[in-house]
Amino acid sequence: MKPLDQSYSKSRRFKNQVKAVVTNPYNVIVLVAIVLLTYLIVLPLVDMLSTTFQLAQRDLRATGGTMADVGKFTLYYWQRLLASDLSWNLLFKPLLNSLTIGVGVSVCAIALGSILAWLMVRSDLPFKPFFSLAVIIPYMIPSWVKSQAWLSMFKTPRVGGAPGFIAALMMNAGVSTEQIEAILSPIAYGRLAIIIVLTLHYYAYTYLLVSAALNSINSELEEMGEIQGASKPLILRKITLPLVLPAMLSAVILTFSKAIGTFGTINYLGSPVSFRTLSSELYSNSKSQNTQTAFAMAILMICIASLSVFINQRLIGARKSYATIGGKGGRSTPIGLGGWKPIVTIILFIFFIVGIIMPVIILILESCMLKEGTYSLSNFTLYYWIGEGDPNIMEGVSGIFKNETFMMSLVNSLKLTLVNGVFGTIFGQMLGYICAKGRGKLHGKLVEQLVFIPYLIPSVAFGGIYLSMFSKPQTLFGVTLIPALYGTFALLTLTSVVKHLPFASRAGTSNMLQISGELEEAATIEGAGFFKRFVKIVFPLSKGGFISGFMLIFVSIMKELDLIILIMTPKTSTLPYLAFQYQNQNCPQASNCVAIVMFSIVFLVYALANIFGDADLAKSMAG
Amino acid sequence: MSKIELTHIDKYYGKNHVLKDLNLTIEDGDFMTLLGPSGCGKTTTLRVVSGLEKPQNGIILMDGKEIVNAAEASFAPPSKRNLNLVFQSYALWPHMTVFDNVAFGLRIRKENSETIAKKVASALDRMQIGEFAKRYPTELSGGQQQRVAIARAIVSEPRLLLLDEPLSNLDAKLRVDMRAELKRLHHETGTTIIYVTHDQVEALTMSTRIALYRKGELVQVAPPLELYDNPVNLYTADFIGNPSINFVKGTAQVEAGGMRVDSPLGQMGFERGDMTEAAPQSGSVDVTIGVRPEQLSISRQADDAHWVEGHVYSGMPAGSETLVSVRVGDTMLTVKELGSTHYASDEPVYLGFNPKKVNVFETKSENLIKYCV
Repeated sequence: MKPLDQSYSKSRRFKNQVKAVVTNPYNVIVLVAIVLLTYLIVLPLVDMLSTTFQLAQRDLRATGGTMADVGKFTLYYWQRLLASDLSWNLLFKPLLNSLTIGVGVSVCAIALGSILAWLMVRSDLPFKPFFSLAVIIPYMIPSWVKSQAWLSMFKTPRVGGAPGFIAALMMNAGVSTEQIEAILSPIAYGRLAIIIVLTLHYYAYTYLLVSAALNSINSELEEMGEIQGASKPLILRKITLPLVLPAMLSAVILTFSKAIGTFGTINYLGSPVSFRTLSSELYSNSKSQNTQTAFAMAILMICIASLSVFINQRLIGARKSYATIGGKGGRSTPIGLGGWKPIVTIILFIFFIVGIIMPVIILILESCMLKEGTYSLSNFTLYYWIGEGDPNIMEGVSGIFKNETFMMSLVNSLKLTLVNGVFGTIFGQMLGYICAKGRGKLHGKLVEQLVFIPYLIPSVAFGGIYLSMFSKPQTLFGVTLIPALYGTFALLTLTSVVKHLPFASRAGTSNMLQISGELEEAATIEGAGFFKRFVKIVFPLSKGGFISGFMLIFVSIMKELDLIILIMTPKTSTLPYLAFQYQNQNCPQASNCVAIVMFSIVFLVYALANIFGDADLAKSMAG
Repeated sequence: MSKIELTHIDKYYGKNHVLKDLNLTIEDGDFMTLLGPSGCGKTTTLRVVSGLEKPQNGIILMDGKEIVNAAEASFAPPSKRNLNLVFQSYALWPHMTVFDNVAFGLRIRKENSETIAKKVASALDRMQIGEFAKRYPTELSGGQQQRVAIARAIVSEPRLLLLDEPLSNLDAKLRVDMRAELKRLHHETGTTIIYVTHDQVEALTMSTRIALYRKGELVQVAPPLELYDNPVNLYTADFIGNPSINFVKGTAQVEAGGMRVDSPLGQMGFERGDMTEAAPQSGSVDVTIGVRPEQLSISRQADDAHWVEGHVYSGMPAGSETLVSVRVGDTMLTVKELGSTHYASDEPVYLGFNPKKVNVFETKSENLIKYCV
């Protein structure tokens, strides 16, 4: 039928095809991205899985094997974890605790975050500029700092060290130690405390996601309901809620997987009453070289997280893009709160004072108290800030600003966040570019899936895998690709960058999707190559997104503890780790000082980015 | 200034066969309009020519030089084709001033800044937007943005200019102005233009030739008047013309010398010389007669020139012309009369026309069998 088809040369066709693939930088970048992601994400995962089936030397006695059995295939670890006398204490009890924490935090955080988002976006609440800044602050205070504040408030005398603020008050009022214990202990430690503290932390995710969704809803949709005669509660339930439901479900995933993976808070608030979760078990197993058991636990946690994502996707289904279909945002008429306005405002003020300002004030106060828990004027000191080493206090360690360890940690933290912010953002935006351009195509989907995996791996476990994988040199066909990275800054950077890729690339994708493909095509027509297009068109148009993406990574790495806790060596210590160590050495004042410095940096950077760039955390997260 | 030949072009998006064995030649200096309803493959054709899409099959020649050979997987990049494109959305870069937008391509080609300034100024002047050079696209109205987009496309003096529904985002008045402007531009530069639109009035008024699409296939390629007078089939006849052509069902007795058609419009005889090659040689066939509304004349009295009796359904005077719907038997006919006349509903009227000017289509094959002459 088509005579032209016969006259072509197969070799020329092949040559042209190869040339088209190789000379297009986009293809090369996609290829490099896929190879790197496979190496940095899939391989560690496989490595982790296979480790749990290999017998380690230290378990030879327990299994009755000989030296020859080391490294051989075994079901010992899984059997011990899942079906042995130890299973209840080792796995099921912590698992149950993890799940209750996860569910509890999700429910509370979603409720709190959604209500706040609705009030901020859709209601005629007064003092909105103030509230909308205040509501973001919890996101900038790490959860372990909040735990610290919680302890400062409620700590009971039993656990050692000085009592917290409330306990001190009660003691002054003459309440007996036993009574204090009975009243405060259930509040101070364990499940309830953890859920409250984590809720106060993670509601920020829901707030950011839901307020973005609410912003994109055209208020005409709600007004139409009003014209049809629906009451305000009915409109809220039948129109607004279904439209933001996808955003809320995403927030559930985010919160749930973060909550079951969290470790810092559990360590602060759980360990005094031996409340253990999977993540704290994971940490202690890793710490005591029980790598196989720790990894097996990590795999179970990955499965739980994957399951929750799967269920979420089934629930959201085709309705995923409601919010964007809903309209161009456009007009938005605030809904009057009527008689509720003063009450809601007062409640919010109380909430912010108790939930946000108070912890910060307590931290600052405590950092200036020579002996914690003694609330008298003579007890106040700046020793922990600027004191010269006094052998009677803190074993002679000087105040943080006179302290070399602190200075080193500060420099390390800044270096880490900066390097990570820059690299993470660049990679994130590049991957986002691939995901956005490759939408609906195989390579786009593949990259999107690969990038998502680190999200499912609990932070502690992720640090653990990277530690075990990169402690020895990485070779390929006898050539050393990467030398042993143990104890180096590089390992810290690598771990942080990869772990934060899901966030970074999500921010990148949403950023890139806003740039119409035609803008790039117009440049292609004019003869601009891939790099020229990126520099001249894509980058300038996505600058805001770059800054937001940078912020997102900066904030979350600055306060990161769970991820790097296993990798830390004295030389690579960062601020969160230093605070953690001070706390464990029973020196909360110094720990508070460090936390305050860290929070100030985060807040400052956030404020600067907000003023000078149009950075918007919500936009990057909404994806 | 450029001749484009597309041969056997096939384009698939996944399993969706968008262009089906497309063959189209655009002569040097043509103003070729790709016309058709949305989703018929016009824009895809444009993108294939521009190089933004790669067809799975076929060859494209530009001035005899091969720019696409799908079988050998050889595709010249867009910038090597010496063409430019105006997008429907204009695709102006919002972070660049009007000047920078227009100068972008010249800078890529590393022309010196003096030449760039001169060329940009001349392109902006030609589009009458010289004073906006320092503004950003968002500070301009839709019509001005449109002019910037065209200026950007013509500044490099491409041999081929591609326009993708450039007027669809403008309001009605501006659209008429821009039509004249584009036609003038074509006349002055002599550039070959491929123009995509779904608006048949745009196509008829501006083009030297029109390619009419239907579901990824070409139905007819012809100059506007030929397309209007002698559409090759019922689809084309129905698509072209506003108000639409009138169709009247009838039967024809075909003989070697011609045919005789019986219909509610009366009996008509046609000579073989006015008939197409596709027309049957003999026998009885069902036919559809196509009469343009302006070919019908209307009168309140029956006479030699008005022999078809009907009743007014509704009259719609609009100043310069009057459209009258007339019911003849079971058939509804639209008549276009110059000037303003009022007809009462159900008023008896008489219609007439010149049988030479009607089209006859074979109902079964839908093809034209008798020309309008």
